[in-house]
Amino acid sequence: MPLIKAGRIVEDRYVRVDDTAPIPDRIAVIVSAERFLAEPNALVRRDGSVGVLWPNDRRVAELEPWLGHLALVALAFPKFRDGRAYSQARQLRERYGFAGELRATGDVLRDQFLFLLRAGFDSLEVKKPADAAAFAQVIKRFSVFYQPSADGRLPAQRRRLSGLAAPRDDCIAGADSMLQEA
Amino acid sequence: MYLYDELDRTLIAERVGEFRDQIARRLAGELTEEEFKPLRLMNGVYLQLHAYMLRIAIPYGTLSSAQLRMLAHVARHYDRGFGHFTTRQNIQFHWIKLKELPDAMAELASVGLHGMQTSGNNVRNITTDQWAGVAPDEIEDPRIWAELIRQHVTLHPEFSFMPRKFKIAVGAAAQDRAALRIHDLALRLHRNGKGETGFEVMVGGGLGRTPYLAQTIKPFLRKRDVLSYIEAVLRTYNQFGRRDNIWKARIKILVHDLGAEAFAKEVEAEWQSIKDGALALDPAVIAEMAARFRYPDYAPLDESPPALADARRADRRFDAWMSNAVAKHKIPGYAIVTLSLKPEAGTPGDCTAVQMEAIADLADRYSFGEIRVGHEQNMVLPHVAKRDLPRVWRALDAIGVATPNVGLVSDIISCPGLDYCSLANARSIPVAQEISRRFRKPELARELGRLHINISGCINACGHHHVGHIGILGVEKNDQEFYQITLGGKADDDAKLGTLIGPAVPYAQVADAVETIVTAYLELRERPDELFVDTVKRTGIEPFKERLYAAH
Repeated sequence: MPLIKAGRIVEDRYVRVDDTAPIPDRIAVIVSAERFLAEPNALVRRDGSVGVLWPNDRRVAELEPWLGHLALVALAFPKFRDGRAYSQARQLRERYGFAGELRATGDVLRDQFLFLLRAGFDSLEVKKPADAAAFAQVIKRFSVFYQPSADGRLPAQRRRLSGLAAPRDDCIAGADSMLQEA
Repeated sequence: MYLYDELDRTLIAERVGEFRDQIARRLAGELTEEEFKPLRLMNGVYLQLHAYMLRIAIPYGTLSSAQLRMLAHVARHYDRGFGHFTTRQNIQFHWIKLKELPDAMAELASVGLHGMQTSGNNVRNITTDQWAGVAPDEIEDPRIWAELIRQHVTLHPEFSFMPRKFKIAVGAAAQDRAALRIHDLALRLHRNGKGETGFEVMVGGGLGRTPYLAQTIKPFLRKRDVLSYIEAVLRTYNQFGRRDNIWKARIKILVHDLGAEAFAKEVEAEWQSIKDGALALDPAVIAEMAARFRYPDYAPLDESPPALADARRADRRFDAWMSNAVAKHKIPGYAIVTLSLKPEAGTPGDCTAVQMEAIADLADRYSFGEIRVGHEQNMVLPHVAKRDLPRVWRALDAIGVATPNVGLVSDIISCPGLDYCSLANARSIPVAQEISRRFRKPELARELGRLHINISGCINACGHHHVGHIGILGVEKNDQEFYQITLGGKADDDAKLGTLIGPAVPYAQVADAVETIVTAYLELRERPDELFVDTVKRTGIEPFKERLYAAH
């Protein structure tokens, strides 16, 4: 499964460790939520980055005390239609100030890329190689956004107030060029 | 009218481009139907019984004449010459070909129309009072708020894959013409004791299999907080709404299971953490949005032109239409004109391309180029000078949209039913047509007074049968169509769900049953001005039940 980080397909430096397997030293690992919460102090003190795979039906508030020590939080999309992790991502970034890597895992398709980046994810485990290859093209698809969000782009309303877009009196102007583009 | 700018237009065009690519990937087999389905739904594309259906949003029910002409064009070139206005201020085309969809969408986009979020598990078209901006009883134009919310929830990165659809309505008038309490979330603009304006927030309404009326969770929300509060409600729902069972996934079930108070507490905690952040609306943002709604340059006109009184005396049909379809405008000398899309034996909400073009022309000539669409599936010319009313009536009558039955027994709200819809268990349209034939005499309809009949072809309740004064729900029993009848529902400011009168009746007896119920009302009412729904409230359903089941 290709991993996209900082806009590129990269090697995954993390190893997923099963709940019963020993944790290797000096290697970046991802462990389950249960395992992490069973021994959080030991895990964050070990030599090597620690990430946790957090399920989408558990409040991220539980992770708050450890967020400063976690290098990565992976959130789950068991199905593409199940969007709970978008809310978790925004809470982690915006409410709890998590600054580490925020990874989307599971049923991650190209049609979610922009939503994911805008919700605060910065790494994506992509299900289909063709989708990963199309990343650069897909994220350029939209240039206008209505909401303030994690990627820091100015929403439309702010652009209007700063005079970057003036209302025009008819909504037909520009139609020809748009039809050609479309 | 809201004026689209470069940004709004760019976003719609980009969306069309994205969908064009998604369709190409589906046709090339790169997307499975399971993967494609949520993507097409987000663009308003359903797979129906006979073909793909395209649902176009008409945000807060406002259309320009150019937009209506484009709808006529799409009806003619991509469909079979007509469109169907729905109970959520949308229009549907039922006969579109998948490979032509992107072209139809690109043409619609050229006038700012789109199908974004008219389906799927996201925030749907924001609805409001079809008389917004012209009703004498409103505090301010609710469309400014509807548009702020519409923009905020369009392609929202967090709320595009919620447990289920989410419907928002905004009202700002003394009388509720937007059926607020049957929405997932409703906002009612009102004045508090200190004279400040703000919103009452209601959540958890909805019809369908488990009908609930929305409950108030915040009596007064300041305007600056409207987006952050909605965000908190949506976030709470997105995380905790059920996803294991589609019938229990709407927010109404979450609100009911937690209790409105516990739900409100959860929302409050979330809201406190975000309310002073990027979503707090500063006055400049609100002012900018308000400034983009342009209002007609009204002329100082006579509120009671003598020629109008003469015309009423001269023509009884015109006079009857005036009493029925024309309402008071907030500007003296102007009127709000409702166009009935409920002709005798017609399909409620259907409008042909020829009618749409004629209405667009009339709007240009007599209504400052503006048209409205209401949840009752009628259209509105919102700014007609009273002196022009006789001419407007003749033109509307000529195209068949001046039936004087607005708000009366034959002004039936109906879903498309089994004739089109793959979810339906029973037909709706022929039932509506037969009832409208039975009550075709205008004198009888007038005698009966305000009486809303709502018909749904299945439990999903697109025809809002629970809140019809008479509600009719199609069900299937042993492969036969049967209809459950409820009495006493209301969608106004005193909203109420109807009560089931008794066992379902077969298809062939529905119109008879309605006649029996209506005859019973005429006998039971205490005064001629006691409305049907008030008689039901006073007597309960028993006397109606006795007569109905004795007769059949």
